[in-house]
Amino acid sequence: MNNDINQTITRVAEIIINELKLEDVTPGTFDADLDLVDEVGIDSMDLATIALVLRDEHGIRIDEDDYPKLTTVRIIAEYIDNKLTIGE
Amino acid sequence: MITVSSLLDDHWYERYKKISRLNIRSSIYDVTDHCNLRCKGCFFFSSGEHEVASEEKDVSKWHAFVEKEMARGVNLAILIGGEPSLCLDRIEAFYKRLPTFCATNGLIKVPRDRFPDLMVGLSLWGDAEDEKILRGKDTFRISSANYEGDRHAYYLYTITPKQLGKTEKIIRKIADVGLKVHMQLLSNDEGVDGFSWQADELVAIRAEMDDILDQYPRTVISSKYYHQIITTGQMLGRKFGWMECPSVTEPIDKREPRPKRLTNFIRWASDLQTMHRCCTSETRDCSTCKDGAAHMSWVMVNKRAHIATTRDLQNWIEIYEMFAKLYQFIPW
Repeated sequence: MNNDINQTITRVAEIIINELKLEDVTPGTFDADLDLVDEVGIDSMDLATIALVLRDEHGIRIDEDDYPKLTTVRIIAEYIDNKLTIGE
Repeated sequence: MITVSSLLDDHWYERYKKISRLNIRSSIYDVTDHCNLRCKGCFFFSSGEHEVASEEKDVSKWHAFVEKEMARGVNLAILIGGEPSLCLDRIEAFYKRLPTFCATNGLIKVPRDRFPDLMVGLSLWGDAEDEKILRGKDTFRISSANYEGDRHAYYLYTITPKQLGKTEKIIRKIADVGLKVHMQLLSNDEGVDGFSWQADELVAIRAEMDDILDQYPRTVISSKYYHQIITTGQMLGRKFGWMECPSVTEPIDKREPRPKRLTNFIRWASDLQTMHRCCTSETRDCSTCKDGAAHMSWVMVNKRAHIATTRDLQNWIEIYEMFAKLYQFIPW
């Protein structure tokens, strides 16, 4: 399970880095607990873009009402794994 | 990686956190096709938008429509027209349900017993002389009497080139009646002679707006970065125009590449079915558009681009705060 969640964390970090064109950070060095709004400065449109990539990749739908809860890479990764586990 | 807290001291970081999760989702609504003025340069009439659709007169349909808008995620209704105060029942359909802003010429007072904290933006196009030329009458005399000291009203002062050197007098008049003011620039959609901005005039009015903000910080809701953006049409080396504007109605926005834009934004006509292209006139040349809200939104949706230097991010915070104050998401 830990291995799975770590893989998902790395992939989510990679997507965020690519979509937001973040510099000086890699999926391996991205702090999974960094607050994405308060520290990285993402907004709801950024989250919508990330959600589209995740939908295409995993076939899961991220409800817009859930955006405010998705505050870190770790929380997003756990959200994805949870959705995949319950087979959405 | 540059983080927000690495660029800001504690004071600015607290300010950032107060606005970072507001997630304002506005749309704009033409409340009516009628007005009690006919102003030269009013985009609604000059571009024929009053003839595009026939206004919905059944107020129950307005109530149902607002419910649908809320389900779409709208959390700020910006009411324009025509003159919204001619149709108070329609205003009420919004006001009862969600944060609502009403743009009005102020000739009819919105009854405060019915709408105690409705945010009212009073349009003003200059001094008495300009107002008579462009609008047929000096509206300030009436609107200031109607709204003197009102905590939920402010002037939306559209500055014309003729106002150069005269703006301080107007701001002082507004301060004297206990109201606040937000400034924007006339776009002169009807090409009224002498009312189109020349490059040197834009430089001069920017300096004048900066001076006024320094002189009247409690009266003027603005920021020097906003003055820079609105007078130059430039932000971080990018030029405002059709391919940058954030305030295009989303379902008909086919632009590629898709710019950063307002989420779910629509400008609805008063038939509650027709969508206008954007927040202002469909016939306007976007490269010379001076719409204040569009320029503020342009900055707001480009937050990540401002997370580069301390000054850039502070500029972004000041503009977001300004917008949030104008629509009552944070106090004055």
